[in-house]
Amino acid sequence: MASAGLHVALRQAAPIPLDARFECGPGELLALVGPSGSGKTTILRAIAGLVRPRSGEVRCNGATWMDGRAFTPPQARHVGLVFQHYALFPHMTASGNVEAALPVALARSARAEAARELLEFVHLGGLGDRRPRELSGGQQQRVALARALARDPQVLLLDEPFSAVDQVTRRRLQHELAQMRQRLRIPIVLVTHDLEEAAALADRMVVLHRGATLQSGPPLEVLARPRDALVARLVDFRNLYHGEVVAHDPAAGTTRLRWGRYELEASHQPAYAAGARICWGIQPAHCVLHRRDRPSRGERENPVSGVVGEYLPFGENAAVTLWVDGRPGVELRFSVPTHVAARNGLAQGVEARVSLLREALHFMPYAPLERPQGAPEEAVVDPARAAG
Amino acid sequence: MDGQALALSLQLAVGTALVLLPLAVLAGRALAWRRFAGKPALEAILALPLVLPPTVLGYYLLVSFAPTSALGALYQSVFGSTLAFSFEGLLAASVIANIPFAVQPAQRGFESIATEVREAAWLCGMSPWRAFLRVELPLAWPGLLTALVLTFAHTLGEFGVVLMVGGNIPGETRTAAIAIYDRAQALDERAAGVMAATLLALSFVAIAIVYWLDRARRPHG
Repeated sequence: MASAGLHVALRQAAPIPLDARFECGPGELLALVGPSGSGKTTILRAIAGLVRPRSGEVRCNGATWMDGRAFTPPQARHVGLVFQHYALFPHMTASGNVEAALPVALARSARAEAARELLEFVHLGGLGDRRPRELSGGQQQRVALARALARDPQVLLLDEPFSAVDQVTRRRLQHELAQMRQRLRIPIVLVTHDLEEAAALADRMVVLHRGATLQSGPPLEVLARPRDALVARLVDFRNLYHGEVVAHDPAAGTTRLRWGRYELEASHQPAYAAGARICWGIQPAHCVLHRRDRPSRGERENPVSGVVGEYLPFGENAAVTLWVDGRPGVELRFSVPTHVAARNGLAQGVEARVSLLREALHFMPYAPLERPQGAPEEAVVDPARAAG
Repeated sequence: MDGQALALSLQLAVGTALVLLPLAVLAGRALAWRRFAGKPALEAILALPLVLPPTVLGYYLLVSFAPTSALGALYQSVFGSTLAFSFEGLLAASVIANIPFAVQPAQRGFESIATEVREAAWLCGMSPWRAFLRVELPLAWPGLLTALVLTFAHTLGEFGVVLMVGGNIPGETRTAAIAIYDRAQALDERAAGVMAATLLALSFVAIAIVYWLDRARRPHG
């Protein structure tokens, strides 16, 4: 069966459990995300042929690199891999490193010319004579990328390629990758634990946990609509609660959700029957603070009040934890621009109201939560009395 | 000064180092990267000559080189001469006594190569032989050179094993170290002194090279 792109299905119980399955088309950039130890790097190494999982298959552009019987060694796979710490040959110059990956059959002058072109492609023109230790981290990363591309690879693998450089360099390298990938018509698999990086660079994102692929899709889709509470936790979905579906109103396109003393309105979610216990969540960006100076019509949308339990200015935005019952227990996290917070007198201990945007209420199947939160109680503790 | 003894010593030292080099490369590389059952036991056996009294090692070698032993008999039937009390026997004994001096620095040399660097060589499409020549050997070279120099220097100074296996036959088995002992016994202090000073100088230069190589290996040493 000949099909373009990379097809990966890996399965083993030990030494590192794997149950991963994904595909990456030509020109597509796929991000593998997950916490440390989730098997991201092992999967990358299996694609490259550096490890051989117990069972599964790896196919690329119709060629089978691994299945139950066959195993193509890494030398014969035409894979470009940029290692996390680059793994340059320290005794060779930048050109030498790139030339080492060019076909042996090529004439000496042709190799030198090809290496020069590749180094220019990664913005390292003129630095070909330097040894790795004479190059900065960002420059070393570029040499590693040029070397990976020198093999004319059928798939490009990037193992946390931006983790070992400073932030300014990281931004620039990420930007360059975004530009460069438009000229590379091969599957690119990026391993990262940085969700923002995945969202910014990838066409598709695969969430991994203990070697298993839990969910895949466009990054913004996965980040906004995690399949279940586990994925929600892995993609840093901060506000997760239990609730109960009250009723559906298909005509109005809404579903009502009971959350303690609140009854919230969500967009229509017919997959969850009335009366069902569920997990639900909302991202901090979709909790909108009610402004004292400028009340708006939107404030009637799922208003929730509480006391600011923690107020943490953090650059341009301030991270706010709202104690929905006026005390720790049920916490709602959101962020507001610092100047808005200042204008509204937001500070620890102050009462505040937010609206939970209807479209952003995300329902998931019921599951125990890692940090179980209660529901807002019927009897609200008066913050003034609680403080006094 | 016994020029013949010094020449024999140098011949033995160079010969031992050259015979041990390929063995050190193979064994050091395998010990650095392979995992197998009984590896600690094998490493212990290879390190044994470091701690055994040279006379003990020399005794066992002498016994196994004797024409009455299987090895000695085999050697005699093939080459028509005895292994004991010959230069060839001396060389064989010297190779065995120097195994740790050659294998351990070689092992350290290969261990200093990061796994990812070797993997990068494979992903560049290099065959195992090409990866060995272009990546492994240049990076392990300081360790291999240390192995050569240490083996050379240690062989120059070897006394106990040489005396047990080779005896004191001029031009055949009398090395510089034996000659010094011989001259000192004969109260020829001048000859013993000159020979001793020569060995001291040679050994110092050899060891200085080892330390200099070790410094050169570390980029900011």
